[in-house]
Amino acid sequence: MATLSASPAPAEPGVPAAGFFRRRRRALRLMTIPALAIVAAVIVFPWLFTVYMSAFDWRIGSVAHFVGLANYVSLASNQRFLEAIGHTFYFTALAVVVPLLLGTAAALVFHREFKGRGVLRAIFTMPMMATPVAVALVWTMMFHPQQGVLNYLLTSVGLPPSLWVYSPTFVIPSLVMVEVWHWTPLVMLIVLGGLASLPTEPYESARLDGATEWQLFRHITFPLVLPFLLVAAVIRTIDAVKAFDTIYVISQGGPGTASETINLYLYLQAFAFYNIGNASAVVVVFFVIILALALLLLYVRQRAKWSA
Amino acid sequence: MTDRTNSTHPDALRRRLLQAGAGAAALGALPAGVPAAMAQAPFDWKRFKGEKIEVFLVKSPRGDLLTKYHKEFEDLTGITVGSEMVPEQQQRQKAVIEFNSGNPSFDVIALSYHVQKRQFAKNNWMSDLRPFLNDKSMTTPDLDFADFAKGGLFYAVETDGRVMSLPLNLDPWVVYWNKELFAAKNLAFPKTFAEMVDSAAKLNDPSKGVSGFVARGLKNANVPVWSSFLLGYGGSFIDANGKLLTDTPEAIEAGRMYQTLLAKSGPQGVAGFNWNESQSLFVQGKAAMWLDGIGFAQPLEDPAKSRIVGKVGYGVMPAGPKAQVSALFADGEGISAQSKKKGPAWFYLQWASNKANQTRMLQAAAGAPVRNSAYAAAQQSSDFKAPKEWVECMLKSASIAQPGLPVIAPVTEFRDVFGVALTNMINGADPAAELKKATAEFQPVLDKSEKA
Repeated sequence: MATLSASPAPAEPGVPAAGFFRRRRRALRLMTIPALAIVAAVIVFPWLFTVYMSAFDWRIGSVAHFVGLANYVSLASNQRFLEAIGHTFYFTALAVVVPLLLGTAAALVFHREFKGRGVLRAIFTMPMMATPVAVALVWTMMFHPQQGVLNYLLTSVGLPPSLWVYSPTFVIPSLVMVEVWHWTPLVMLIVLGGLASLPTEPYESARLDGATEWQLFRHITFPLVLPFLLVAAVIRTIDAVKAFDTIYVISQGGPGTASETINLYLYLQAFAFYNIGNASAVVVVFFVIILALALLLLYVRQRAKWSA
Repeated sequence: MTDRTNSTHPDALRRRLLQAGAGAAALGALPAGVPAAMAQAPFDWKRFKGEKIEVFLVKSPRGDLLTKYHKEFEDLTGITVGSEMVPEQQQRQKAVIEFNSGNPSFDVIALSYHVQKRQFAKNNWMSDLRPFLNDKSMTTPDLDFADFAKGGLFYAVETDGRVMSLPLNLDPWVVYWNKELFAAKNLAFPKTFAEMVDSAAKLNDPSKGVSGFVARGLKNANVPVWSSFLLGYGGSFIDANGKLLTDTPEAIEAGRMYQTLLAKSGPQGVAGFNWNESQSLFVQGKAAMWLDGIGFAQPLEDPAKSRIVGKVGYGVMPAGPKAQVSALFADGEGISAQSKKKGPAWFYLQWASNKANQTRMLQAAAGAPVRNSAYAAAQQSSDFKAPKEWVECMLKSASIAQPGLPVIAPVTEFRDVFGVALTNMINGADPAAELKKATAEFQPVLDKSEKA
């Protein structure tokens, strides 16, 4: 609309220009209504309805009672829910940082020219293309403490076997391992894109000035690919926070509740216990957490831009 | 509401049904494998010719089998069947949503009693079948309740006498045992809980990677293992007033037994084992005993999947200090209370539970039929592969079976709360403290569900 009014078409003789554009603007405004209606129907309404439902004690099949903020109050003292928040942060932190480090390292390797680079790069990106549930099922078999291939590999090099996802202590790091295997290639692709767009001149002049490889990375490569790393971090964070399929298939939140993230807890409340009121409250709390996380990432990204 | 035993109720039902004439004609002499009622002249299978019904099944070998033979039903009755099959978890969710909508898309629905019975009954989602059972023109003489296992009838009938479904399949829990490992230690199959714990300890040999005992440790899935012990200790889930009995001395003893067997004689990592991990350990010959549902004979006797073909013993659950009980699960089919095609739907139910379909279920290793006659019929068939010992174990277990979970609406939450407690026990927590905590946590949920 701004472009239209900034460069008006020549007015035809006999038609007052201002009236034409006013009519046109009205028409354009009308045209946004379907889109707004759809957004209202599929985003705004469900969201408001969820907030509304969170004020009720309602299980499917029974009568709903208005309870105000009682669902939130009980969540605040619900040890299992609080632990689930902790598990979500622990899982997310590991599932973002590790793929970022490994993906960047892999991108630096694949950015160099060497024989067979194309083939190796293609192989490296393959995990990303696999279906998460299929991946999770294969890893479940590999994690089996007695018959899994992972313990076979450990013992064949003289290391003691691990319990992997069958141990409350190792379950989250083991689940992160699956995420790392699955999603490091994505980070690599993003960073590789960043590296390909870098100018070569700063490197040439730095080399002439006698900079070491580390100094080249630290002072030229890293600051220049930082915006790409942040994009990768945002995508990974979103993926990790919403991770469900892998965890549900491999550990179902167990042993006990050792790997129960907010998503798993929410699924149980909503679709196993049909406890809709409580589940809605969980969704609202989860939304606030995600919003805070998104704002934090946006802030970091803006800061990186300012300092660049 | 209370978790009754099934000692008297189905008998009473059967008597009533017999008095009503519904199950009066004994058709034991008819050759099995042929839908017996087809031979019955007075019963008019074509009564609802031209009608169409929708059935909502669970994706399972049993659902597949019925679907495969729907054509037979259509030819027999002239009723067209539209069917939908959905995996178990999704079927349960979809059922709740559809019933809540007030206008479910199906006339007939398959239900897992241990999860859906109380939920469906409390919400009056199913039709009472007694008017049909009492009407000779609507009920084929082939529907002979005397042929149905008691455990199955218990599940199908409400405490107030309403018959809400017909049972199809039973799943009593049994002990699979590795005869070779037992023989190597000169041990016989245990007859009591004490012998079971003792044998498990003797058979446990971590240096050879052999566990004395394996069963589910994964939360939720693990509750029937504990309830198998609870029932043998004479315990129960809930009293007549709706108070949980899950922290009584019997429950705690059962918890201790669970902890001892799994933590001391079980494999490493058993806290995360479901039936599939347990099965894969057992078929490798790496576990001496495995407690689970009866439906696993096929993989155990399949040379492509099992290293212990021919070495598997099928043992009835050993006797506890108070009782010998096999924890039972079952499924069946009922008619939606909202259905406008109840007559044709009732015909479908009768066909689905007839002797031919029950025998087919056993022959295809798709389940353990609720009809006793199916066992004799299936054994006559040359392509029947299940070992004789399995059939004997099944019949004996079904005769001592009691529900393996409380018949309550929030049963999934019950399994979750007590499942976490049991997993914690494997990892060293005190059974008394865990059960007390779980009971305190679940009692309000139960109270609320019954008040609602």
